[in-house]
Amino acid sequence: MRASDLLHPRPEGLYCPPADFFIDPVRPVNRALITHGHSDHARSGHRSVLATQQTLDIMGLRYGEDFAGTTQAAALGEAIALNGVTVTFHPAGHVLGSAQIEVVHQGSCIVASGDYKRHRDATCEPFEPVKCDVFITEATFGLPVFRHPPDTEEIARLLKSTAQFPERAHLVGAYALGKAQRVMRLLRDAGYDKPIYIHGTLAKLSDYYQRQGIDLGTLEPATVESGGKDDFTGAIVVGPPSAFADRWARRFPDPISCFASGWMRIRQRAKQGGVELPLIISDHADWDELTATIRETGAGEIWVTHGREEALVRWCELEGIAARPLHLVGYEDEGD
Amino acid sequence: MNRFAELLDRLVLTPSRNGKLTLLSDYFRSVEDPDRGLALAAITGDLTIAAVKPAMLRMLVMERMDPVLFGYSYDYVGDLAETVSLVWPQSPGDIANHEPTLAEVVAKLQAASRSDGPKVLARLLDSASISARFAIIKLVTGGLRIGVSARLAKQALADLGKVDVAEIEELWHGLTPPYTELFAWLEGKAEKPKKTALALFRPVMLSNPIGDGDLEKLDPADYAAEWKWDGIRVQAVSEGGIRRLYSRTGDDVSGAFPDLAEAMNFSATLDGELLVGDPLQATGTFSDLQQRLNRKSVTPKIQQQYPAFMRCYDVLQIGEEDLRARSFRERRARLEAFVQMLDSSRFDLSPLVEFTDWQALEELRRKPLHPVIEGVMLKRWDSPYLTGRPKGPWFKWKRDPHTVDAVLMYAQRGHGKRSSFYSDYTFGVWSGPEGSEELVPVGKAYFGFTDEELRQIDKYVRDNTIERFGPVRSVRADRRQGLVLEVAFEGLNRSTRHKSGVAMRFPRISRLRWDKPAAEADRIETLQALLDT
Repeated sequence: MRASDLLHPRPEGLYCPPADFFIDPVRPVNRALITHGHSDHARSGHRSVLATQQTLDIMGLRYGEDFAGTTQAAALGEAIALNGVTVTFHPAGHVLGSAQIEVVHQGSCIVASGDYKRHRDATCEPFEPVKCDVFITEATFGLPVFRHPPDTEEIARLLKSTAQFPERAHLVGAYALGKAQRVMRLLRDAGYDKPIYIHGTLAKLSDYYQRQGIDLGTLEPATVESGGKDDFTGAIVVGPPSAFADRWARRFPDPISCFASGWMRIRQRAKQGGVELPLIISDHADWDELTATIRETGAGEIWVTHGREEALVRWCELEGIAARPLHLVGYEDEGD
Repeated sequence: MNRFAELLDRLVLTPSRNGKLTLLSDYFRSVEDPDRGLALAAITGDLTIAAVKPAMLRMLVMERMDPVLFGYSYDYVGDLAETVSLVWPQSPGDIANHEPTLAEVVAKLQAASRSDGPKVLARLLDSASISARFAIIKLVTGGLRIGVSARLAKQALADLGKVDVAEIEELWHGLTPPYTELFAWLEGKAEKPKKTALALFRPVMLSNPIGDGDLEKLDPADYAAEWKWDGIRVQAVSEGGIRRLYSRTGDDVSGAFPDLAEAMNFSATLDGELLVGDPLQATGTFSDLQQRLNRKSVTPKIQQQYPAFMRCYDVLQIGEEDLRARSFRERRARLEAFVQMLDSSRFDLSPLVEFTDWQALEELRRKPLHPVIEGVMLKRWDSPYLTGRPKGPWFKWKRDPHTVDAVLMYAQRGHGKRSSFYSDYTFGVWSGPEGSEELVPVGKAYFGFTDEELRQIDKYVRDNTIERFGPVRSVRADRRQGLVLEVAFEGLNRSTRHKSGVAMRFPRISRLRWDKPAAEADRIETLQALLDT
């Protein structure tokens, strides 16, 4: 069968007609397979959801326990039969619980990567390349300008800055699921053992990470009740980027605004956002990881989605690999 | 190279002066010679490297990657140096075990001939990391554009050595990169470098503004008064055939004023105001003077149209004789005699203003006889020429600022302590025919208000936002609703860069006019009238 008969885009999301399911649908559907817990991929209101246990847990934390009619946990590497179609979840290395979904039917094999990265990350399972006929890749950072540096270097710059400016608080903008916990974990791995202050929206997910055995050390709420302005002197505070433009940030002494994101590779992005210390830490594959992964999967055909499709399609053309953009709507880059 | 690259990256995103100083002095403290001295030279503009044109840079990268992919990349990033630094292809073998130091990079670039320059650059880019590549490209394309003046770099050196910045300014022009002897002195490892070069800068004496109640404590008989001219402060030093014009922070600006430098056929150090026009006939406005500023070189046509001259008000040295310890009265007498011998189309004397009491001077200050006068200066007759801004001997008593009632149009978030406040305001005045007036922006101000007023404006901005672009909010401002700000400013320049055609000098918020309806704010004609005077 043609690959496009096995999976193709619909307004709701990527659809599999023989088994009647959607991958990461953006609207409520009958059966949804979900790659990871970011809100543009994992929405509430589906009748049934198949995802890794961790993704299901995260959806429960974000939307409440009744986020779907029924749920089923997919163990990584376990083949699951759905109306004659075999689906298998493989780790994607994006955030805790994230998975690629391998879809096999009548001898043709498609892997929908969801969002992924190749850089080592102590807060989730590493990406596993899966041989396939068609590889559906994300392209959030699908331009040759995006080359993420080692995250340890970025954290070292943050720590250097806290030593240089001990009288100021460092506010690190990081998305609530994945990035925030990765930053905290990187700080711990770099030997930072003081309490890390967190914005309220990070509390539930960070607790969950800790319960999953990812040690983030002592986290304290960055509330005024926990102390006066002076108590945040020299502190590292982690919160969602949006909070730092908000009045919330006024409780900190002369803060240095930092932002942990792959977008920080571009100086103008940092400048426009008023970021003083950009930390180039991304949960998405950079250009070199994207192209290396495409090669590793051995796929004869590449479908490129959410991001800068045209550059990656061009690269595939130059490499003699068939490629086309897959126009899916509704995905933002919450994860970065 | 990486440490220098990291410094540049941090400086460009650090808005606060203190933050920049910390970054700079930490760098100078932690990096060894000669790298730190070369970095200093790069920042102060004293590093000479043959320039590489952007077109050449583009060609180099096109030889190495698919032009279509480069096109997508450049479109996205928008800055050539940054794009090239990011997309420059790199095979793992390229980065040697040893990253090149700044000194090695500079040595290679300076040794390169015109023809092999691009090849040398390409090899350097091959061996460097991304941010080092960016720094290298900035070095060869000229202009770091990191928002750090030479003055600020010198202040960081002063912080490092815990010395007065004036000491560094005084030495500066006798030193050359990589400034090893300067760092040795600042770190207490060597004597202060000797001043051996000719025509060095002498740190200037600055004045304090007259504050409330100051005059009552002063005796008019102790002070001389002069007009305060609205030009730029310069120091003309001519010694042993070397002629230099320095700005008040010790930057050498001679290159921009060859006409004036040519007339410096004397051996002395003069202090005065640089102006344009003909000293005998007509003194040009600051707007005219601007035609001559911020230029590395200047065309004959501009020189002819806006001839530069110096209105002298002090003398620091004549021949071998240092006059700085003498009283102002004595220096003034020497100056008057000295200026008479100079080319009268290039040098004249700033006249003293006769007055008997403060009241009389106040009258004169309010109604100066020339538009290029922005107030009066008071100088104690018995004061020596001191470095810096001592309190007491010199005062400036400025004309009251102009004010205009303008409407708040855009607000931008600040940085640091103000990072969660909308604290930078763009304001406009009305223009266009009656019935279809619209606001045209005339300036931007980010100080002049109290913390409490800042909180009030911030709330107003948040409550009346109509559009957001990144850190900027567009605020509702029409005939029926808008916040009127009384803006004080020192003067207006014609501007081709602004839609309104005017640019304010030193604008600040003087009052919040919550009481004033937006429709009653000023019109552009009010400002245009000021331009024509």
